[in-house]
Amino acid sequence: MPPVAPRSGDSIFANLEHMNAELFTLTYGAIVRQLITDLEEVDEVNKQLDQMGYNIGVRLIDEFLAKSNISRCVDFKETAEVIAKVGFKMFLGVTASVINWDADGTSCSIVLEDNPLVDFVELPDNCQGLHYCNILSGVVRGALEMVSMKTEVTWVRDMLRGDEVYELNVKLIKQVPEEYPYKDDE
Amino acid sequence: MIGVGKMKQYTNVLDKPLTKGKQEVSLSAFAFLFSELVQYNQTQVDNIGELERRLEDAGYAVGARVLELLCHRDKGNRRETRLLGILSFVHSTVWKVLFGKVADSLEKGTEHEDEYMISEKELLVNRFISIPKDMGTFNCGAFVAGIVRGVLDGAGFPAVVTAHFVPVEGQQRPRTTILIKFAEEVLHREARLG
Repeated sequence: MPPVAPRSGDSIFANLEHMNAELFTLTYGAIVRQLITDLEEVDEVNKQLDQMGYNIGVRLIDEFLAKSNISRCVDFKETAEVIAKVGFKMFLGVTASVINWDADGTSCSIVLEDNPLVDFVELPDNCQGLHYCNILSGVVRGALEMVSMKTEVTWVRDMLRGDEVYELNVKLIKQVPEEYPYKDDE
Repeated sequence: MIGVGKMKQYTNVLDKPLTKGKQEVSLSAFAFLFSELVQYNQTQVDNIGELERRLEDAGYAVGARVLELLCHRDKGNRRETRLLGILSFVHSTVWKVLFGKVADSLEKGTEHEDEYMISEKELLVNRFISIPKDMGTFNCGAFVAGIVRGVLDGAGFPAVVTAHFVPVEGQQRPRTTILIKFAEEVLHREARLG
């Protein structure tokens, strides 16, 4: 396999259709507020946001693979880099970085400094337990599940709670082997 | 550590300078999000009317914020006080910021004095939507109608705003018309102002 060229989502992002990030931000805010009104419990809202993200992730991976021209990643490390450098850029127009690998390469953190979901947002006192961006963790989890990786995605740091960055821990639980037999090209 | 020294911490979101609003996300990111909004709301309602109302409510919340944001950023802390002024603000300024273009048309209703219509050949939120047959006249444009109502209401022009599909000759897909029916008091005030 040839060495992996440095990849970035910039050119892919540039070729996609765009729209104003503010409508995106405010629409997301409207969704969160609607959930808080309907579900009342912050924990339930977190769960629902994660579920919505998951739904998006399982669909988004198709578009990602179709438009990014990314070939198969050799390991989880490469997968995480691709999510951070290409995935986030392609859809949200921001780049993330990957840090804090554990020794066996199955857990890392994706760090976002810029996050279009949270413009204009401040968590009121009664919503301190809210993971406002929980939809993102759901997206990552859903997308990875479609490429045979079961993961656990949790928030470590959150700027809305006073941290300096957004940090998302991604932990590989297990790699589901592909179903055999699949047809080889003859 | 990443971010230290680069990111200024604001204790209050209002202290933060307003961005210029040039940041963009991919259209599909929005399409995915919007589809989740619609699907979630489908689980909360029994009929189409209710679904449209809920989408409109979500849009209203967006509209109220858009008005505030644009008045600060684009209008030098002023807002329109006259009927035609606010309509053209919606049709041009708001549309341009939210959808990247001025709306296709702004017309006055021919039958009623208090009705105006903003039409769009392919409304952004309807781009990737096809309505199942059993959902009849349902139009996701209800969300945009809500945005328009939010802007108008916030500016002191209460109105009933609805979204409708209008077939266009020679076109496969109908256009969406946002119908604005102003409250009586708005027209009275407008008449007084002369």
